[in-house]
Amino acid sequence: MSNQGVDRSKRQFLTTALTVVGAVGTGYIAVPFLSQMQPSTKAKAAGAPVEIDISKMETGQLIRAAWRGKPVWVLNRTPEVLEILATDTDKLADPNSLESNQPESSTNEFRSIRPEIFIAVGLCTHLGCSPTFRPEIAPNDLGEDWKGGFFCPCHGSGFDLAGRVFRGVPAPTNLDVPPHHYLSETRILIGDESGADA
Amino acid sequence: MKTHLENCGNWFLDRFPLTKLWNDHMAQYYAPKNFNFWYFFGSLALLVLVNQFVTGILLTMNYKPDAGLAFDSVEYIMREVPWGWLVRYMHSTGASAFFLVVYLHMFRGLIYGSFKQPRELIWIFGMLLFVALMAEAFMGYLLPWGQMSYWGAQVIISLFSAIPVIGDDLSLWVRGDYVISDATLNRFFAFHVIAIPIILIMLVFLHIVALHEVGSNNPDGIEIKASKDPWGHPVDGIPFHPYYTVKDIVGVSVFIFFFATVLFYMPEMGGYFLEHANFIPADPLATPEHIAPVWYFTPFYAILRAIPDKFAGVIAMGGAIVVLFLLPWLDRSPVKSIRYRGGIYKKALLMFVISFLGLGYLGMQAPTAGATIMARIFTAMYFGFFLLMPIYTRWEKTKPVPKQLTEQPTIEDRIPGWKATFCEMVKEVPIEKDGATVMRKRPDTSGIMNVLIRTAKNLKASLD
Amino acid sequence: MKKILQICLLLFIPLGAFASVGIELEDADIDLTDHQSLENGAHLYVQYCLGCHSTKYIRYLSLADDFNIDQQEILKKVAPEGAGIYDKMLTAMNRHDAKKWFGTAPPDLSLIARSRGEDWLVSYLKGFYQDTSKQRGVNNTVFPDVAMPNPLWQLQGVQKATIKTIDGHKVITGLVITEPGTMTAKQFDKAVNDIVAFLVYAGEPAQVQRRSMGKYVLLFILMFGVIAYLLKKEYWKDVH
Repeated sequence: MSNQGVDRSKRQFLTTALTVVGAVGTGYIAVPFLSQMQPSTKAKAAGAPVEIDISKMETGQLIRAAWRGKPVWVLNRTPEVLEILATDTDKLADPNSLESNQPESSTNEFRSIRPEIFIAVGLCTHLGCSPTFRPEIAPNDLGEDWKGGFFCPCHGSGFDLAGRVFRGVPAPTNLDVPPHHYLSETRILIGDESGADA
Repeated sequence: MKTHLENCGNWFLDRFPLTKLWNDHMAQYYAPKNFNFWYFFGSLALLVLVNQFVTGILLTMNYKPDAGLAFDSVEYIMREVPWGWLVRYMHSTGASAFFLVVYLHMFRGLIYGSFKQPRELIWIFGMLLFVALMAEAFMGYLLPWGQMSYWGAQVIISLFSAIPVIGDDLSLWVRGDYVISDATLNRFFAFHVIAIPIILIMLVFLHIVALHEVGSNNPDGIEIKASKDPWGHPVDGIPFHPYYTVKDIVGVSVFIFFFATVLFYMPEMGGYFLEHANFIPADPLATPEHIAPVWYFTPFYAILRAIPDKFAGVIAMGGAIVVLFLLPWLDRSPVKSIRYRGGIYKKALLMFVISFLGLGYLGMQAPTAGATIMARIFTAMYFGFFLLMPIYTRWEKTKPVPKQLTEQPTIEDRIPGWKATFCEMVKEVPIEKDGATVMRKRPDTSGIMNVLIRTAKNLKASLD
Repeated sequence: MKKILQICLLLFIPLGAFASVGIELEDADIDLTDHQSLENGAHLYVQYCLGCHSTKYIRYLSLADDFNIDQQEILKKVAPEGAGIYDKMLTAMNRHDAKKWFGTAPPDLSLIARSRGEDWLVSYLKGFYQDTSKQRGVNNTVFPDVAMPNPLWQLQGVQKATIKTIDGHKVITGLVITEPGTMTAKQFDKAVNDIVAFLVYAGEPAQVQRRSMGKYVLLFILMFGVIAYLLKKEYWKDVH
């Protein structure tokens, strides 16, 4: 093997050049391979926004719908309930909803666009069970202080009728409010905040 | 920082023989310095294997191995999974590329005698790999559950029933049902995704370990370990790393260029890589007009059809593979490489290639009377190459084998010759153009005739 | 050794001359980058074909995205009434009823362009002619005894076949329009090609993207290969 005058710098340069181009190429091929795992059109279709019609809703009624495989509650709150929500805030862990997930339009006192219509994802923010709807005041099993709300039977977390979590329960945050907006007085589109993309 | 990295490195190296492995198999593994074009295909086969693994895993994320869902799931991958079409085409093109590469890799063995002592075991492992690969491809082809998938599998599995006594029960056992059905699909999926890939990996490992134990053969067919330098390295050897790592990268680039061309411009390859009938969902009640296996199985299919008796046909088809296993013991020549063999072996090998390609072509066609006669002739030629080998290789007049590797002209060396030949085939003639007379190059008939005659003579001489 | 390969290559070139012999197919004239044509084809498909044939692998959303057309326009102009943007292009016809009426359920056409080819499809759609011996009164030049009636007869008009007896066989030598439809021959030609363009698109929506990406990939590989080759030459100076 002849070894006269091995041009080390040329070899180094070419090796580096090849490595760089190779790394770029690997990046190019990695993009499609990794994108494979992103939600497909089928998943996006299944997760598409869901329209709810509240024209037949009675006061105090809770409608259960499904969006992205999760239960979504639409609750028609009475003026009495709204009264309680406004005043009875001392037992709440996060009365101003600073830690929880809700769209801009629902970041207010009643956590909804319209005060009387409350919309929330019906899953406890602890470990994901679906809480029960307990609108009655001071039932036997929940005690004197229960002013109406959602009670999770799995580990005992409680939320008021604006989905705000009580202090001292396992659940860390208020119930999630999904992005949504009103298509009309009686039709709500769950899953789409602005109406910008249909 | 650097010493910290060094310390981590040393901690690992104290507990794992990475340096030894690297030296034994790359940096201090000596390979002959005269590897040519035919020696690229081993590393390319490994590349394609990796391709099939990676794309296969991605496909398994979305494919559904259920007779009612399989076809739809493939279309789902093609249309709704981000970049799914790319992964699917890489897998289907890869399957055909695998066989092309492996056939060329095996052919290298035939021409340079890489199957001969002491490399018989490498050849055996390679043949086992080939059989495993055929099984893998056959099972994989059922998965899209198209018309060709279904009926191709139906035809081939029913061959098992040709075996006397146990045939029908065997077919029933393989299928898991009275016809190809969901049960068959699911088990083929399990074999294709888990069982055979594990076998393939194990065999690749064994194949390479066996190779490294005795060292590579080379185009001159002489053992480089016979002449060692004062440091104990073969005189005609060079360390695999960096010389063959860097050369194989070039081989990979050329291969990937052609692979990408097929992938992006002609993934169906006119119906040879993705057959047209397979875009119709499997229908147990309607057989397609023309059932043919995928191109890489057609030589063996042609042998099967050439024999008039069903069972004998199965035996012949199996025999065509078995005879390859026996090759190291059929070849009685003391000489390994075709460069120094006698004219008989060269002509026999040419006949073998013609018969293999001919059988491949005939396997794709409908079995007319004329085609069947040709298939029988080619089958005889195919088996003749192997079964007569102990006779024609033992008493052949071989050429003297050199002691050291010969220098072959490189591509750059050959270019002046090609230029001269080209010049011989053209001549300058005066042409009238816009009133003036100019000299232009035109084909020279007598020059072309001379070149053709010389080429024919050279070809004939090379076969002696 | 190389010589053996050369001989083999020379021997097998003439085999390419053996092309398949069959009916002369008309060449399709489609352009998959022409979004107008594709939208028109999809519209015609929904009007004249979707009644019996689904293209279940296509969602109306893909038409909007791939033809660069607003989703609302697709829902208004192309998709049937009441379809959602994520809906698949399904047919309303019940498979059992279809089997009763036609003898066989009309197949899904998502992949028809990949199994039959575009030229065959154009010839098929243009090849219906009057045949009183058939139950539906029509036959087809490329698909003899087809169970399907001519979906486009209103546009094309009624066609009759001129049949000559050659070597004892009856051969169709030409097709003549005997009653004109609502379209001229040229308009009908375009309509058929638009429908076939849509079907070719439906067979593989990614094909336009695939082909356009190809050149960049090949260029990149070429660049990589050139650097690799230079590196190889540099190292192999040691060996020679």
